[in-house]
Amino acid sequence: MSAQGAGSRAPRRARGPRRFAALVRKEVRQILRDPSSLLIAFALPLVLLFLFGYGVSLDATRNRVGLVVESSTPVAQDLAAAFRASRYFEVMSGRDRRAFEEDLVRGRIRGILVIPADFAADMASGAAASVQGPSARGPSMQVIVDGSDPNTAGFVQNYARGVVETWARQRAAEAAPRAPAITVERRFWFNPELASRNFLVPGSIAIVMTLVGTLLTSLVVAREWERGTMEAMMATPVSAAELLAGKILPYFVLGLASMTLCVLLAVLVFDVPFRGSAAALYAVSASFLMPALGQGLLISAATKNQFLASQLALLSGFLPAFLLSGFLFEIDSMPRPIQWITAIVPARYLIPCLQTVFLAGDVWPMFLRAMATMLLIGAVLFLLAARSTRKRIG
Amino acid sequence: MAEIVRMSGLTKRFGGAAPALDAVSGSVAAGEITGLVGPDGAGKTTLIRLMTGLMAPEGGELEVFGLDARRAAAAIQADIGYMPQRFGLYEDLTVRENLDLYADLRGLPRAERPEAFGRLLAFTGLEPFAARLAGKLSGGMKQKLGLACALLRKPRLLLLDEPGVGVDPISRRDLWSMVRGLAGEGVGVVWSTAYLDEAEACDRVLLLDRGRLLFTGRPSELTGRVAGRVFKVSGVEGRRRPVLARALDEPGIVDGVIQGEAIRLVVASGRDAGAVPAAVAAPPARVQPAPPRFEDAYVDLLGGGPGGRSRLAEATAARPGSGDGPGDRPVIEARGLTKRFGDFTAARDITFAIPRGQIFGLLGPNGAGKSTTFKMLCGLLRPTGGEGRIAGFDLRRDGAAARNRLGYMAQKFSLYGDLSVAQNLAFFAGAYGLGGRLRRERTALMTEIFDLAPHAGMSAKLLPLGLKQRLALACAVMHEPEALFLDEPTSGVDPITRREFWTHINGLVEKGVTVLVTTHFMDEAEYCDRIALIDRGRAIALGSPDELKARVADAANPDPSMEDAFVALVRDAGREGAA
Repeated sequence: MSAQGAGSRAPRRARGPRRFAALVRKEVRQILRDPSSLLIAFALPLVLLFLFGYGVSLDATRNRVGLVVESSTPVAQDLAAAFRASRYFEVMSGRDRRAFEEDLVRGRIRGILVIPADFAADMASGAAASVQGPSARGPSMQVIVDGSDPNTAGFVQNYARGVVETWARQRAAEAAPRAPAITVERRFWFNPELASRNFLVPGSIAIVMTLVGTLLTSLVVAREWERGTMEAMMATPVSAAELLAGKILPYFVLGLASMTLCVLLAVLVFDVPFRGSAAALYAVSASFLMPALGQGLLISAATKNQFLASQLALLSGFLPAFLLSGFLFEIDSMPRPIQWITAIVPARYLIPCLQTVFLAGDVWPMFLRAMATMLLIGAVLFLLAARSTRKRIG
Repeated sequence: MAEIVRMSGLTKRFGGAAPALDAVSGSVAAGEITGLVGPDGAGKTTLIRLMTGLMAPEGGELEVFGLDARRAAAAIQADIGYMPQRFGLYEDLTVRENLDLYADLRGLPRAERPEAFGRLLAFTGLEPFAARLAGKLSGGMKQKLGLACALLRKPRLLLLDEPGVGVDPISRRDLWSMVRGLAGEGVGVVWSTAYLDEAEACDRVLLLDRGRLLFTGRPSELTGRVAGRVFKVSGVEGRRRPVLARALDEPGIVDGVIQGEAIRLVVASGRDAGAVPAAVAAPPARVQPAPPRFEDAYVDLLGGGPGGRSRLAEATAARPGSGDGPGDRPVIEARGLTKRFGDFTAARDITFAIPRGQIFGLLGPNGAGKSTTFKMLCGLLRPTGGEGRIAGFDLRRDGAAARNRLGYMAQKFSLYGDLSVAQNLAFFAGAYGLGGRLRRERTALMTEIFDLAPHAGMSAKLLPLGLKQRLALACAVMHEPEALFLDEPTSGVDPITRREFWTHINGLVEKGVTVLVTTHFMDEAEYCDRIALIDRGRAIALGSPDELKARVADAANPDPSMEDAFVALVRDAGREGAA
């Protein structure tokens, strides 16, 4: 009996590659025949990209504000003119700040800019103009914003400061052309127009790959559990490793195909610059797909149910990739404990790499570090998935 | 024959619940069909999964091919064929692609494939469908494909988990003869089933009940225990249901069922025909010994069925039989009912009428159209053509009035699993418009009749299957409906619960309730006054069980079973259709 067991084991090992090929072929056939897989892999990315490319913008262009000029001096009027000319503001003028208070509360305007009555006098005293609350030093103007929307409040404040500084520099230059004052000049590298599309689109590629890697994979594997095909598979000589690998390879390729489509769209349709190399792009994307696929397999092995799997994939894959990855919200400005959590969100390592590859170019030390981290997370997830796939049935 | 599976003291537990398998010992021999028999929840699937090595036992020993199933799962899996209960094949692959996949997984050399595929496709009759998607096959064809995939390399052990479920009797017979042939070639076969007629045909059975082994051995050993104690009483005067009820209350009677026009009785151990009460056996009735069946012995093994008294029926007000005028009308009527889904006709021109106080059965394989017909008649599905009436009310025009007169018990447990037993009763009372004192009275009555009080606070989903079924019946009859719709009410339950259930139904019918029941248990059809056989959307035969059986009786088979009748009638209908 035991001799026969050993005898049949040797050829089994040799058949491994063919079994693997059979599993992959089956998976590819299923993907091609299942419209929902293709929808998630190719149609959903299109929708997302167009949404981020055209619909969502984090730029605060043309903020509507109320401008109150309490002083009728030429200096104050000159500054007011500078605000009206600014392309960042759509200005409604008034003489009394109370007239705008209700508009601000109702959200009809983003802020109130006040050039106070003593502005000209302070200006004449020679100190530099500034945007500030009560200031003892030099002329100042007041910016009232709605603090309940800190993002917009910050934009309005920063743009107001920018307008005032530019205006002050110009006046200084006109008044005393002899000695150029030392000024701080801002330059934004890599994304000179500060178009948020340029970093949202690369970021959304990470979201798309999360959808394909985690959501789609967890769904298809959970479906096999639900339909009983997984059980039938497992009772054949196929090993757990072959089963998992047979799932991973097709969805890995699908994920990269989906990513390629996104990149082409980003560059050709949205004019996002691409300054890095394709090699870097595929290297970081491939590294990211490991934890994404591992997570999908783990979820489906743990739930064995398509509904639960989709919920879990959205909660643990999609939402963190959206919210905790630095895609929409700066990680540095998150509370400490949340920052720690982001350490295990694979997308957090991918998104800066993608943004760099698009906007700056290849920065290999950064890429390699991120890739190593993502592969490590992936290895842990795969290990867990392999364990729960083999052990838990029924 | 060589033992290829040996188990001793096998125990498996899931969570803190009662063990799924409790110290089960037995064996499976090469060249035999071993039946794993028992109701749902008996532990059949768990036992099969243990044999595949997909699951590890908690206690006890399990050896397959002399190898420990805990440690040598991979070696065992190389030599078994396994067909899980759920169709384990890929529905979006074709028949051929599924075969290809399994050939690769099982390492069938390419050179051997054309021969193997050809043989299996011919064997299963799937040749014309090789290019069809597996999902588009009928239930019977799916099972055959599953079998073909499990047989790509001839296994030493073939494990089939309820292969007969969802399969029409003809395909079931085909499957059985294929498997019988394999056993003849020396393959050890495990066939799990809840059908006791299948159990009877096995070489050896393991009879399981809630994880415990009730019996193991040859089926004839078990049926032998009731030999000489089974009698068929025919020619009973008057209505046979009250006669059966009376007989079941006699201490000398262990079990009894309606069998067409006759009554089948099992007398207690040590008794003979004399135990049949005089009131039952009184002329013109004739008492004849009958060959024992597996089910008779099974019920006897469990200590006999419940008595014949139905508290439910006793608490139900009698409805006068046919009177004058509108009361004369049938309670349930189907006239030319037709339902089309796209270009597929699920039910075609179905016509029948059920008078008050009768049981009417819709019999047919899954997918034949009996559920569609059933749903049109209880107002759940709008017919494409024809009309249905309940107590004279047209379901289309007076849907609400018609529905208020019917009680419905669905195929799957359709109560609220997260509500307690008492809350379910209260909810259904409310849903049927019972209010105030009536509602309190009826829920209290149902709780008492079905003995639900000890479980009143329990979530319905945690109830054992038998109790779930009682609760479902309680909810369906709460409002004293005139017509009762039962959709496969006893599939998967143990025979004692089935007896109890039919005692209630028989009692209600005697009170004038009209019953429409669907079933694929052929023996259950015997309880019906009349039956419509449904096949591929058409009613191919209509009549009493005895009439249908008589129609197919011939010299070779003078006393055909209901299943024989079904198979023959479906074949005849197919021939006519082809002609």
